[in-house]
Formats: sequence, C-alpha cells, structure tokens
Amino acid sequence: MTNEEIKTAVSALFPSVTYDETGEFLTLLITPAEIRSVMKALRYNTEFSFDYMFCLTCIDWKTHFMMVYHLLSKTHRHNIVVKAKIADVNKPEIETLCDIWQTANFHEREVYDLFGIRFLNHPDLRRLLLDEGWDGYPLRKNYVDENMISL
Amino acid sequence: MSLLGEPELTEEGEFVINIGPQHPSTHGVLHLKVWLDGETIKKIQPHLGYIHRSIEKMSESLSYRNFIYATSRMDYLSAHINNQACALTVEKGLQIEAPPRAQAIRILMAELTRLSSHQLWWGCTGLDLGAVTPFFYAFRERELIMEIMEETCGARLTQNYSVPGGVMYDVHPNFQNRVKDVMKQVKSRFREYEEALTGNVIFEQRTKGVGYLSAEDAISFGCTGPTARASGVSCDIRKWFPYDGYDKLQFDEIIMTGGDSYTRYMVRMEEMKQSVAIIEQLIDNIPEGDFQAKTKMVIKLPKGEFYQRVETARGELGVYIVSDGAASPYRIKYRSPNFSNLSALSHMATGAKIGDLVAIMATIDLVIPDVDR
Amino acid sequence: MAETEKMIFPAQLHQTADGGIVVSKLDDMINWARSNSLWPLVFGTSCCAIEMMSAADAKYDWSRFGFEVARATPRQADLIIVAGTIVMKMAPVLKRLYDQMPDPKYVIAMGACTISGGPFFYNTYSVVKGVDHVIPVDVYIPGCPPRPEALLHAMITLQEKIKHETYFGKAKTEEGK
Repeated sequence: MTNEEIKTAVSALFPSVTYDETGEFLTLLITPAEIRSVMKALRYNTEFSFDYMFCLTCIDWKTHFMMVYHLLSKTHRHNIVVKAKIADVNKPEIETLCDIWQTANFHEREVYDLFGIRFLNHPDLRRLLLDEGWDGYPLRKNYVDENMISL
Repeated sequence: MSLLGEPELTEEGEFVINIGPQHPSTHGVLHLKVWLDGETIKKIQPHLGYIHRSIEKMSESLSYRNFIYATSRMDYLSAHINNQACALTVEKGLQIEAPPRAQAIRILMAELTRLSSHQLWWGCTGLDLGAVTPFFYAFRERELIMEIMEETCGARLTQNYSVPGGVMYDVHPNFQNRVKDVMKQVKSRFREYEEALTGNVIFEQRTKGVGYLSAEDAISFGCTGPTARASGVSCDIRKWFPYDGYDKLQFDEIIMTGGDSYTRYMVRMEEMKQSVAIIEQLIDNIPEGDFQAKTKMVIKLPKGEFYQRVETARGELGVYIVSDGAASPYRIKYRSPNFSNLSALSHMATGAKIGDLVAIMATIDLVIPDVDR
Repeated sequence: MAETEKMIFPAQLHQTADGGIVVSKLDDMINWARSNSLWPLVFGTSCCAIEMMSAADAKYDWSRFGFEVARATPRQADLIIVAGTIVMKMAPVLKRLYDQMPDPKYVIAMGACTISGGPFFYNTYSVVKGVDHVIPVDVYIPGCPPRPEALLHAMITLQEKIKHETYFGKAKTEEGK
C-alpha cells in the first residue's frame, strides 16, 4: 500500500487519527487512549498486517512524552510510524502492546527503566537494565546525577 | 534471591539456577535465571544491564562526528557496520550521499567485518560445544582480516573508519592485493571448517532439532539476521532496503526453514561464502574518485527524525536520531539486533535440556554489550 | 652462570662427582614457579575480551608464557584480567569474583575503560570510572582495546612483579628489601 492508501484506510476506521508526512515514514499521531484499538487493527487487518515492530522507543520533550512505534509489514513491505503523546509528565501511563508483538515486552521494559513510563497490563514490568533500587529515570531530560561528569 | 546465590526450591522438584553474569557460555555478562524441572528448562528470565554503558545518554551530549565512536564498542564484532549505520543516518539528515568510492570501500569493510565476525562465532560455537580446534582454525583466518583492517583503519577491532560523508582515509595501497590473497586463503579453508565441525556426529546431535523457532514467532519477537533467516523469514536489510549500493551487487539472501540450532549454524556458514562473493565482485571494481564528501566542520542536522537500518552480522541495526536542530542529537535510539534476538531465548529454550541452552545461545550469537548498550 | 640464565631459573648449579647441587632461595624458587603458571579467570565484559581471545590464539599464543590454563571459576584462578567496562551493576559481581579467588591473586586492568572509564568517562550514569575503585590493580594496559601484544607485555610485567615478591610476606619493596 502507498502512504495515501494507508491514510484513507486508517481514516475510515479511526477518523480522529492525524498524520505527519515530513519524515521518511508516514507518521500516525494518536492518543494513548486509542492505542490498543489502532494497533490491533494495524496488526491484524489483512490490508495492513504490520506484523513486525522493529523499533519501540520514547522521546522526552520536557512538556510531554512521545511514544514512537516503528512498524513494518513483511507481506506488504510498507512501513509506518505510530506516535502516541503522553501529556501527563508526572504519571505517564500507556497500555502495553506485548500481547500483539512479543518484542514489545523487552522494549517496553527498557522504556520503563530509562523513562519511567508505566505500561498498563504489562505482565512483568520491572527494571531491565538498571538495578531495582536505581533512583530516577536516566534518559529523561531532567535527570540529575551528581556523580556524572559533564564536559 | 541472592545474585549468584544458592539455588532455591520453589515447587516440588522445581529448581532455580543462575547462569552468569560470569559464565563462559554466555559470551559476556548475561545473567540468566533458569527454572528447571530435573534437567528440562521450564522458564528462562534474562537479567540484563551488567554492561549497560549509557551510550544513548552519552550520545545526547556528543557532536554528530563524535557519537559514532561509541557505537564501535556496542557490537564490537560488527564495529564497522555500526559506524556505517550512524554515518548513513547523519548523511540522511544532511541529504548527502557518500561518493561511489567511499561506498565501495564501506561495503568491502562491512563484508570483511561480517566474515571475521562469523569466523569468531564459528570458533566460539565449537568451543561452547566442546571442540577446541575450531577456535584455533577460526582465529587463524580472522587474524589475517584483522591485519587488513589495521593496515587501512589503524585499529584491529574498533575501526572508527566511517565518518559522515564517506570514510576517514583512502584505503592502503596494499589493500586490494592483500584482500585478494586473504580471500583465496579463506575460501580454501571453508572445506576445513566443514570437515572439522559441520558433519561431526556429536555436533549434529547437539544442535539438530534444538531450540526451534517458528517463522511467526521470529517476526513477532523481532528476530533478525541469521537467527530469523534460519526460520524462513526474509529479513536481510541489504536486500530489503539497500544502502551504499548493495543493490548493484549480486548475492543471495540465505534463507533456510529448519528453525533449529543446526539451521542457524548452516545459515551463517553459507553467509560467509556470500560475503566472500561480494568482496570478490567489488575488490577489482573500486571506483576512482573522492573517498569523502565535503561536510562542514560542525555538523548540524535539520529538525526532524531520521531512521536508518543496516544489516550487521547479527541482524538489523536501526539508528533513530531525533534532532532539534542543534549540533548534538536530541535523542538517539539504537534498535539493536541482539536485544530482540535475546528476547526470543526463553521461548526457544523452554522444554529443552539445560545442556542445549549452550547450543541455543551459541547459535543466536549474542554480543551482550549490544544488548545493553 | 650467565646473567640471562639466572633470570630464567633463579638458582646456582654446583657440579659434583655424582650429579650436582642446586642452591637457591625458597622465595625465588616459589616465585619462579608461580609467575610461570598463572591461571587467568575467563572474565570479559566487552571488546577487550575479544582481544584477550586473540592473545590466546595461535598467532599470539599466551601459553608460551604459561597463561593458557584459563579457568571459568574464580576458585581455581589466580589472575583476573578485567577485560572491558565495569558498570555499577557489575561492580559487586566483580568484587565477589575477586573475593572468591584464592590468595595470592593478581589483577590486570585491560583497556581504557578499566583504567578510568575511558570513552565512557563523560556524561554517563552507569559506568564505574576505573576498576581500581572496586578491586586493587597490579598492571594497567592502555588502549581501546589494547593489542594482544600489549596484553602479553602486561602479563610479562606482572611476572616480573611476582618475581620480586616474598612469598610469605609482603612485597620486597614494602618490607624495605
């Protein structure tokens, strides 16, 4: 499918989704509330069948967090990016996707570890890379580490 | 539970042991908590982070020239390919392309890296499964490639040869002759490799039917590289999204459908031959011209997001740069192949015997610093 | 006896009619034996471990100097080559490994990361800035990663150091010779 076709097909299902085409991939901007329904449609509808999530990460924009999901369809060979804006900086939460793509399990734990985003209904949400007792979330822009030596 | 502490009994007959963080078969500092029923694995929980060096955070305060060097230390066996991925991402942001000569040199170096990485993997797989000879055979050829690397790049392992816009220096005058000599040797030794390990009865019995991974699971877990291709998933980035002129070269994407450890082994063995084929096509046809495109001293990427994926020796490496227009990246994410491949380990090893875990880990070919970054 | 031979085998041979007598100091003999059969622990965290493996292969061949018995358990090792970055999470494990090794034990810090944090010195939150914050180090090798020859040099340097120790006491230099 071309980007235009994906746009029309997604808009037919989810009229509230907005688009951003400035980057390399077509980007879908959604709200955290509708992430499960959008992602399920993208994964299981045969016209999309985005069966391969090749990247899952988060960006700290200080005023909000942006979850970024890169998806690829092995059958149709098309890529998209789905972004979900988490406005609540103090208690960031979003639904997990690890039952849709199993790779999301580890990636979400990594994001939880480094950004402190809580993934609701995640089966095993623990810190992945840092110790359990680590203070703070290091990839946040406001993370302060007194021992860190900066140039 | 203590870190390396006593085994603990949970249910009747169930047993928990810790493998690692210091264990020779984990190829680094991976810590696996394994639930056993007798010798059968019931569940594996990987504990990561024993070599988490905060490369992503560090890169946020480095310039677009400097952040590349940290990536050599990520997957150090594919160091050049990591550098290439970062250089390509920055080039994408600058909307420039490396000159044809630089691209050819990069591909040659990348394939040499892949070859040496697979050789090391082959030696270590033998070592893990109890055969010491492969280690010495593999390192014999690997050292020859390391010498080529050193002559041109100045370093054996962490080359730091790719820069935004091309490569740092032109190749050494001896480069072509030496590569041709070494390729001749390497090709003649493949037979030796196969005689030493591939047909060995013990090796076959320890790997055939062990650690099965289906194609659906491979995609769902995000497995890439030889691990996924042994399950019949086409995922070679060199074919799917060609970069640096891979589309002009003749080579096959090795796809097999066995899904077990032996198939993963065979895929890598065939890939070595493909790498040699690529090098032989290109070595006499390096285009003349510049080895580096002109770039500004201080590189600033425009606002936006840039994603570049490349095929390392272990699978798909994605470099995701978010730029806010400054001289250093706002956020960098490395989508590392080993991270996703490792996440499938528990699924692959459940039901296997604990001795098979070593064979499974050996054929996934994990590099732990790439998992942890 | 020539000076060079003395260094190889620290004793004097006195010929007698029915053979000979070897005269040496117990310290020298023990040190001679110890320094030529150091058993390193298989311990590598990152890139330097690959160069450590290269040092074990046929080209560099550390068994020439008596290092080839690499052990996977710290209880059988008397040398730990810290090959690679040590991070906060790994530091307690390294300390524990070191504590499990029987005395006398030695440490080689291989590579820039183990000396000071190396390339991961600035702007990192998880890297231990020098392995000597965790365990005492005998020999440092710079490089990122150091060449196998550098590792061999470090090992020979360590052998020299061992040869100057007194077995039942502290190092000669500390004892006032």
